[in-house]
Order: sequence, then structure tokens, then C-alpha cells
Amino acid sequence: MNAGDVATPASDAARSSAPLLRMTNVSKSFPGVHALQGVDLELHRGEVLALLGENGAGKSTLIKILGGAQSPDAGEIMIEGQPQSIANPLDAQRAGIGIIYQEFNLVPHLSARENIFLGQEGGGLRWLPVNAERQRARTLLDRIGVPLDVDARCGALTIAQQQVVEIAKALLTEARIIVMDEPSATLTLQEVDRLFAVIRELKSQGIGVIYISHRLDEIFEIADRVMVMRDGQHIDTRTIAESTREKMIELMVGRTLENEFPKQPAEIGSPRLRVQGLCRGRDVQDVSFEVRSGEIVGLTGLVGAGRTETARLIFGADRLERGTIELDGVPLRLRHPRDAIAAGICLLTEDRKAQGLVLGQTVRENFGLPNLARFSRLGFLNQRAENRSLDGYIKSLQIKVTGPEQRVGTLSGGNQQKVVLAKWLERNADVIIFDEPTRGIDVGAKFEIYLLMNRLAAAGKAILMISSELPEVIGMSDRILVMHEGRITGDVSDVNHTSQEVIMRMAVGSSKAGT
Amino acid sequence: MKKLLQSPFVSNYGMIFVLLLLCAYFSLATIDQQNPVTPQAARKIVAFIAAQPTVKNVLVVVPRGVEDRRFAEAVRQGIEQGPHKVVGVVVGDPAMTRVEFVRLGAAGTTVDFVVTQYAAAKWDLLLPAGRQKLQQEYPSLGAIDVVKPNSYTWPTFLTPQHLLTVANQTALTGIVAIGMTMVIITAGIDLSVGSLIALSGVVVATLVGRMAGESDPTLVSLILCGMVAVSVCALLGAGSGLLATWFEVPAFIVTLGVMQIARGLAHKVAGGSKPVRVDSEMFHELSAGNAILGIPNPVIVMLLLYLAAHVLMSRTTLGRYLYAVGGNPEAARLSGVPVKVVVVFAYAMCGALAGLGGVLDASLFRTARASGAMGYELQIIAAVVVGGTSLAGGQGKVLGTLIGALILGVISDGMRLTDVAYDTQLIVFGSVIVVAVLVDKLKSRDWRMLRG
Repeated sequence: MNAGDVATPASDAARSSAPLLRMTNVSKSFPGVHALQGVDLELHRGEVLALLGENGAGKSTLIKILGGAQSPDAGEIMIEGQPQSIANPLDAQRAGIGIIYQEFNLVPHLSARENIFLGQEGGGLRWLPVNAERQRARTLLDRIGVPLDVDARCGALTIAQQQVVEIAKALLTEARIIVMDEPSATLTLQEVDRLFAVIRELKSQGIGVIYISHRLDEIFEIADRVMVMRDGQHIDTRTIAESTREKMIELMVGRTLENEFPKQPAEIGSPRLRVQGLCRGRDVQDVSFEVRSGEIVGLTGLVGAGRTETARLIFGADRLERGTIELDGVPLRLRHPRDAIAAGICLLTEDRKAQGLVLGQTVRENFGLPNLARFSRLGFLNQRAENRSLDGYIKSLQIKVTGPEQRVGTLSGGNQQKVVLAKWLERNADVIIFDEPTRGIDVGAKFEIYLLMNRLAAAGKAILMISSELPEVIGMSDRILVMHEGRITGDVSDVNHTSQEVIMRMAVGSSKAGT
Repeated sequence: MKKLLQSPFVSNYGMIFVLLLLCAYFSLATIDQQNPVTPQAARKIVAFIAAQPTVKNVLVVVPRGVEDRRFAEAVRQGIEQGPHKVVGVVVGDPAMTRVEFVRLGAAGTTVDFVVTQYAAAKWDLLLPAGRQKLQQEYPSLGAIDVVKPNSYTWPTFLTPQHLLTVANQTALTGIVAIGMTMVIITAGIDLSVGSLIALSGVVVATLVGRMAGESDPTLVSLILCGMVAVSVCALLGAGSGLLATWFEVPAFIVTLGVMQIARGLAHKVAGGSKPVRVDSEMFHELSAGNAILGIPNPVIVMLLLYLAAHVLMSRTTLGRYLYAVGGNPEAARLSGVPVKVVVVFAYAMCGALAGLGGVLDASLFRTARASGAMGYELQIIAAVVVGGTSLAGGQGKVLGTLIGALILGVISDGMRLTDVAYDTQLIVFGSVIVVAVLVDKLKSRDWRMLRG
């Protein structure tokens, strides 16, 4: 589809000929980094522009400048041909820009209506026109096409519903440009479909949407044009029609990747991890499986199916109600993650920032945390040994850091994940559980993590990989387990002859439907 | 400039510049004439007399005063070690001095030198005219020379003795603030330390009093008494930690409760709010003594504890765990850190150090009150915050706390020296705390963001 064809309300000639949004030659640098170097962006009315790039490519900085959260060092922003000066988020709002960040700006204790109108109540002390607000909120939600109880507490809404509230909030301020930063990252497949319906509705109303995502499938489904960034520079913008998946990856990474999933089968040996009848409340019900040495077992299912909960039981992070966990035939009694770690099990958590890393601490301190027994004598640390070992991982995993004393919170997602990897690799555990190992990670780093899994499997480790991304599960696993509502509903051994549809059917529980 | 601001030393210990600035300011503000009666001054005079070729008779004259008496005694002892003779020592007023001269004159004793100090040298009797008159009345006294230590201009604040006094006054806050720093680094808070100081003081005073009986208690029994007091406080601290971790009760509430409980226990032990006196000299010596280089014992104890705490926090597993637990307890737990044990340790340590503070305090004042150290917890928390430790946990340096405690100590002492009114003092203190927190906020943010 060509953006120029989209019908616009014909006001005056100058306005309609100019694009909805034009950012020219935007530059921004931080101490030691050129985050953006002369980036151009054009967005037309009724168009979805996908913004693609690895982490650290400069997408977020560009969006923050558009939203007034950061000020550019150079560059110009024009909306419908009018130059804009956007110094703060309020300016952006007035200019008709609505940004929906990955972390929502909603007050969980307020209702959907209250959140939509937050900040728009008008100054001073006045009586709130509750009924009018309610009416207006309903109209907005109807416009989006998602009816919702406007008086429901936001904290009680699903993520997808909260997203709709954010969109309604943007529409209330008459946003003509809506930016969505990784909106699908935490949604289920059905919710993503509904989100796309909403985006199409916005498009039809002449709103321009900038859509940021790592998921190429989604981009091919929803975007009209795609703009690729790399290392703070604009690499290419092209229509979806003239793009292929391989080309996109090549542009993002800057080199060709022959294969997205470089699976190398390892020699599969005897069972290492064996769990039987694991139970914990409704989350995990009678889960049994085993992982053999050299094997990568993919564990998939919808969000809330109990995958992470199962992993936490095996890691001793939650109390087991019933069931047994054996490692190399020896039953384990796990009261604390400490016990699991000592036995040779490690877990790379799904949420790096909340559970995997101490963001305020340095790379070295995070790396050392589970390994201090090795790096200390009688409780006194041997920092030299710690640094020596860390240096090895920085080289072998190609972690991009200024040094071991850099704070982990300032690293990109991929490099953070590599620090987590390094800290667990140093443990040399026998069973490694990866929970969403590639979420929020750019293509290049993903590839490196897959290669690392291969190496670990070849070394005889047992790997359990939890993932929602079916291509990844099918591409990397030797065997696939599917969970639905706390139970294992599928066990696929013949990975080469399965499909996303087959697995999805197991994940929604329809294979057991009628029983 | 920016590089300097972001260097690790400045961001961790930048407050040291504030401390130095404060010291410089109070030094300038307290420049005054100094009239030393120190042991050094006494030694100089003794050396002067000793250098006389012929045997001299010396009379020592000082006004009444503890330090003057010490000075006179030092001079007498020093001179008597040589060939020269001390014919008399007067600690008193001009009239008494006159009486002494009359006695010496009547006995026909010669007085070659009068050793005195700044104030007494101005007595009429010792001025040239007064001396001439004396000589006329009693020719046997001979020609009297007056010798006194040289006066000079120097900041009162910057004399070694005064600096030691400031350090000594900071010791209690400083010692307890070590434990508070650990607790705050684990993202907790301990409001009970003031009460624990009082409880510990009362416990140790009562025990020493009971044991003293007729004779002075032995060193071993004193140490035992101190250890009991410290242990009681450590247990109460550990209790706070247990409640805060195992039952996930907010530390603020738990320690607020323990604060009341400890205060109540202190009153119970003391049998009311009347002071518990300790008469043991040896116990008093614990705080009042200055065994090493003339530095008061509490200052030595404080410095040793800071050294140990710094090593603990920066060089040991436990220290690393404390930071990790404060930075992100869930990530720490999932990395195998025994989070609960670590937190309980921090609170127990904080309690124990409050206990030690109480013992030192009781020793210094020879008395303990159940109502003592009221509101001290806030001053201690202030020292930690001024020292740069974030109340959000996970960040801070124990040596920063030492600087923080010294800053508060210097400000309080300096304002007293320069006669700042009490109300103004309070306002200054409050402002210092607020500014410290603001600086902490600025540090943690990108400087560019602030301007943008």
C-alpha cells in the first residue's frame, strides 16, 4: 500500500501534501555514545510504520525525543509541515503525539475512566463531571472497538486491556500520531490479534502509527512500511511489499545470518533431570517429565500455563506441595534456590531486571553473586580471581561493557542477558533452565545464545528452554512439552515434523477438549 | 570537571570535601589568642629553666583551674628533676601569692624566677611595678623574673585537643551509625537504636553496680557485664530482623515497636527513670582513658570498627550479599544468597553496636538513664544519609557514614564555639540533612537529563 493514496480530510493543499510527521537529521549523544546520528523519519496519515532494529540501535532514543522525554542535540520535527518545538511530554501531547511505552503509565488503583482522564481534568479545584467522563470514555473505547468496563480498577485489567486504556488516553488528547513500543511483548496470541484489529481501526481514522517490535511475523502482518535502524543510524526504509524476512534480519544485523535457528543435534545420553508429579496449587498440577544429557527440551504454552511456576519449583524458588525432583537419579530436597544451585541446577529467569540482576550493581558484582564460594576464602573475597574469570566470559560471550565495574542497569538487554549467562556458566551446572532466554533481545544476540545452547548440550548438560516463541521452540528443541492450565498437554518428540498449529492446539487445551 | 564529578572517589566520598570546608570555615571563625597551659608548654619552660648556668630558685604561680593545676604540677616535677629548686607552688589568687612571697621573704629565700601563665602574669603583684615593690619590702627575694608560656594567635577549633574532643563527641553516633548503614543498605531502617543505647547503658550500669559491692570489680567481670549488655541489644536487633524478613512486616513498624519495648525494658531494669550510677574507676577509664597517643578510647574504638566494617563491606562475601539483598532481594535469592540470614545479621549487628554505644556512654558519664539517648536514632540515620547511603538500599559506603557523622559533629561543635543560638542550630541541622538527600538524588541522575 502506498501512503500517498490514503484519503485525508482535504483542508488546505499545503497540509495534505506534507507528511503527518517528519523528523529530519535528528542527532543525540550521551557520554561516550552517539545514540542517534542524523536520523530521518517520515510518517503519513493512516499508515503503520514499523521501526526495527537491534537493542541499542537507537529506536527508544528516537521515540523519547518524539515524546519530549529527551531533547535532541540537533534535528527538526515537523507535523503536517509545521515545525514543532517539543521540550517536554506536555508539548508532545499538545502536538498530537501519544506514546505508549512498554511500561504503562497507569495508576493501578484508579479506574479505567480515571486513568483515561488523568491530567485532563482541567486546572484548579472543580467538580468532576463523572457521568460525562464515563460517556466520553465509552465513546473512545467504542472507537477503538474494545468495549471495557470503564469503572474497573486498572490493576484488575489484563495487560491487553490496560493497553487499550493507554490508547484511549492518547485518543482523548486528540493524538494523530501514536507510537507503540513493543506492544505485543507481554500479550497472548489472541490478544495480539485483537491489538492488530485496534491498530487497523486507528489507521482507518487517519492516525499514523509507529510500531516497534522485534517480532518480524507481526511486522509483516500489520505494517505498511518498515524502517530499519542500526547503531544510531537510519539504514533503510521500504514498503513491506519489497521486504523479506531474511532481508530485514540482514539489514538489522548488518550481515547475513544463514539460519535463524542454528540447531546442532548433540549426542543424547541418560536422563539427568527427572521430575514426577510436581504440584503447587492451580499453577502446577501433576507435572512429570525428564530431560536427558545433551538434550534441549522446549517447554511452551500460553502465558499463565504454569511453565515459569514449574521451573521455579525445580529451582527451589517456591515450595513444592507434592512430587519428586531427581538429578542423575538422586532425589533432591530443595528448600531454597541455594540448595538447587548447590545440586547443579540453575535458572535464567524470564524477567532479567526484576529477578536476574541487581541493576544498581556492577557487572562484576552480579557475575560473582552465585559464585562467591569459588572466589573467596574464609569469607574474604578474591577480586582478582573474580575479575580474571569474568574477563574470560566478556571475551568468549562478547559482552559489550566498558569494564567489569560498569553498572548492569546501563547495559542493553542482550548484554544484560549475557551477564546473566556468564554468572550461571561459571557455576558449571548440570541442568540449565532458560526462561524466555531471547525475550527483548535483538537478533544478533539471540543467535549467539542459540549457539551457546548448542555448546552446552554438546557438553552433556540437560537444558530446559521455556519459550512462547513457537518458531524458536520448534527450531531449537529436541523435544517439545506443551503446558495448559498447569498440566502437560503435549509431548512432541518428532520435532522435525510438527507445526506451530499442532503445538498451539495443545497449548489452548483443545486436544483434550471434550474429556 | 564532569569526569571528576563522576569519578568513583568523588561519588562515594565527595562529602569529605564538605567536611574539610566546614573545618576550614570554623577554623577561620574561631581565630583567637591561644594561651597554652599544655604539657608541651610546661616542658618548654622546664627546658628554659634547666638551661640556666647557675642554680635558680623557682616559684610556680597559677590561678585555680584543673588544667592550670596540671600545668603547675608538670612544671614543678620537671624542674625538680634538675639541679634547680622549686621554692613554692601557688594555685590560687593574688592574695595567696602575696602571702607566699611574704613567707619566702621572711625566711630569706631568693626567688629568681616566677613561672606562671597568661592570666596570672597580669596580676599587679607580678607586673614589673609590683615586683619592684616586693623587692623593696623584702630585699632577700632578689631580682624576680617572670616566665610564662608564649601566647600566639591560632584557631581555637584547630587545636589538637579540640579536634580530639569533637572526635570523641562523634564517637557514639559514629559507632552506632555503622550498624545503621548496614541495615539501610539492605533497604531497611532501625528506629530502635536510641532505646537500645539507653537499655544497654542501664543494664551495664546495674550489673557493674551489683558486682562492685565493696571492692572495685575486676577487668574480666567488667568485660562480662559489657558483653551481657551488648548481647541483649544484639538479640533485640536480631528479633527485629526476624520479624522484618520471615513475616515480611515493614522494618519501620517492627523497629518502632522494638523501640518502645526496649525503652520499657530499660525503665524496668533501672527501676524507674532515676539515673543508675557506676562508681567503678576502671569502668570509667574505658571511655575516659586515652591509652594510645593521647587519643580518647572511644575514638580508637570507633576507628577500629570503621576499618573492620569497611573490610567487611568491601572485601567479604557477607558484604557483597548485604548490597545485593538491598539492591534486589529477589535476584539475590534466585542467585542463592541466604537473604533472610543476611538481613537478620544486619539488624543484629546494628543492635550490638547500639549496645556497645550504650556501654561507652555509661562509662563516660559514670551513669546511665532509662530515658537517655532519646531521639538519637534520628541523628544516627541523619549521619548515614549525609554520608551518602541511599535510603532505597543497595548503595552506600560505610566510610561515607564516618564522614557523615563527623560532618554533623563538626557542625554542632562549631556552632557552639561560634555562639550560634540553639534555634538556629536546629534549622542548620535540618537543612544539612535535606541538602544531603538532594545531593544524593542529583548524583544518581544523569546531569544532562536535569538540564533537558
